[in-house]
Amino acid sequence: MSYLTRRLLTFPLVMLGVSILVFVAIRLVPGDAITAMLGTEAGLLTPAQRDALASYFGIDQPILAQYWHWLLGVFQGDLGISVTYGKPVLGVILERFPLTLQLALMSMCVALAVGLPAGVFAATRNEKLSDLGVRIFAMIGQSTPNFVVGLLIIYALSAGFGILPTMGEFTPFFTNPLRNLGQMILPAVTLGFAFAASVTRISRSAMLDVLSDDYVRTARSKGVPKRSVIWRHALPNALIPVVTLSGVEFGYLLGGAVLVEQIYALPGLGRLVLDAILQRDYALVQGCVLFIAFNFMVINLLVDLLYATLDPRIRLGEGG
Amino acid sequence: MAMLRAIFSHASGRIGGTIVVIYIVVALLGMFDVTPHNPLQQFRIDRLHAPNAVYWMGTDLFGRDVASRLMKGVGQSFLVGFCSVTLATLAGTVLGLTAAWFGKAWDALVMRVMDVLLAFPAILLALLIIAIVGPGTWTSIAAIAIVYTPIFTRVVRGPALSIKSREFVDAARTFGSSRHYILTRHLLLNLVAPLTVQVTLALAWSLLTEAGLSFLGLGTQPPASSLGLMLADSRNLMETAPWLLIFPALAIMISILGFNLLGDALRDILDPKTRSRPA
Repeated sequence: MSYLTRRLLTFPLVMLGVSILVFVAIRLVPGDAITAMLGTEAGLLTPAQRDALASYFGIDQPILAQYWHWLLGVFQGDLGISVTYGKPVLGVILERFPLTLQLALMSMCVALAVGLPAGVFAATRNEKLSDLGVRIFAMIGQSTPNFVVGLLIIYALSAGFGILPTMGEFTPFFTNPLRNLGQMILPAVTLGFAFAASVTRISRSAMLDVLSDDYVRTARSKGVPKRSVIWRHALPNALIPVVTLSGVEFGYLLGGAVLVEQIYALPGLGRLVLDAILQRDYALVQGCVLFIAFNFMVINLLVDLLYATLDPRIRLGEGG
Repeated sequence: MAMLRAIFSHASGRIGGTIVVIYIVVALLGMFDVTPHNPLQQFRIDRLHAPNAVYWMGTDLFGRDVASRLMKGVGQSFLVGFCSVTLATLAGTVLGLTAAWFGKAWDALVMRVMDVLLAFPAILLALLIIAIVGPGTWTSIAAIAIVYTPIFTRVVRGPALSIKSREFVDAARTFGSSRHYILTRHLLLNLVAPLTVQVTLALAWSLLTEAGLSFLGLGTQPPASSLGLMLADSRNLMETAPWLLIFPALAIMISILGFNLLGDALRDILDPKTRSRPA
């Protein structure tokens, strides 16, 4: 069985595992499921109210039956009710998701716009001083947490120009695109910084591999200009690992923007998870985690499919 | 000694190794309270004092010495990083080795559970665990250990599978060596190289995750000191007291850089077949 077939077959199984983990995790919270759902307010319930709620939510049933009902609800888009917002969890998530998606897309653009040319530049000047400079930049970029980058940017702007980038209400893109982009560019640079460093390293490494291939040497010896050899012959083949990395990183960006959204006070999905944890809104924590994990898995699956499509030589029979 | 010589003859290894040694010394000094001042003592008359000969890195809003708190914070991040990576290494090695050795249902079960854990972005899984157990140092250690266990399991299982089918393992079985002996002497010893590289890189990630969790208020809790907490506290004061931001930020960056450089060097030294290009 090829790796991809196995990957496609195990996807629903792993998704089921994720749902079990999320379901069980929330039930491990000290106290019963009503406490998990209502938080500290559960202490105000009378025994009769508690019984009525237990029956209403079905938590007087065996755990397997509870899981089954919950899973059926998830399939129908019912992730429960957020006690903080008093609204269905899925609705709250979908309100916040566009911002996080936009942030992830913009970060990826920043990373590719900086990382790809830097990687190609360094590869074509292998072992020279400019190559060393790019490599040092990449190493520092990979070693700097995104919230440190964010804080340093905010400090530089506020100390140098008296600008506070975290001020003001967030404006959605379709309300005022220019204002929105103005608000999003610094968070995107912050989130894309380490990603740009990874793109630089991997594109440099892939370009060095490709540039030493026979077909590149042949093209050069036939008199094809250096610029054309680099951009038209070598780069397309060196892009395969970059595409894979971008896909995987994109999944992380969707789920890992918590810190950047917190620093820039952006009402995205990451901040929603954090607020839900701090306010002990467990239905919302459960819904957000499931939603992000699902997106992360789908993106990783698509990356694997794309990887095999881009490179027909790949026969991933030895995968884990 | 040969390993140390190899590390210090490698450019990245030399820089990374030096940073890591300094980091560990500072961490140990911080852990054993060998700091210029008591990190919790409030010098109220010297609040928000800029760096000088007495307060090397200045003081914070409460008049506490930033250098002492930073040393304590480095000690704290080292404790969390070291404990979580040790736990993840032990759990991942046992799971990966047994999955490779026993195969079949056990292998399938272990690897699917690891797939499930890998289906979450690392910080999200850590946040989920903290949401259940509540914030704190030991929760951070457990959360980071659980997050990185699947990576160690995979790192061990792959090579263990290939070593298991090698002739010298068959020979050991034929000679009647016990399962424990083969697993520890033949399989585990051959996995030391990839594990060493992974441990070094995982230490860098764990420092990053610990700082992030503490920054969000979900890791180390005040009044204990942590680099992430110091950065969170610096947010409202960075214009008037930039030293509150600069020193912890540099400490985090340099320590992660050190472990990353050392990890890269070790990968080059220990695994010449898959040697990565210097980057």
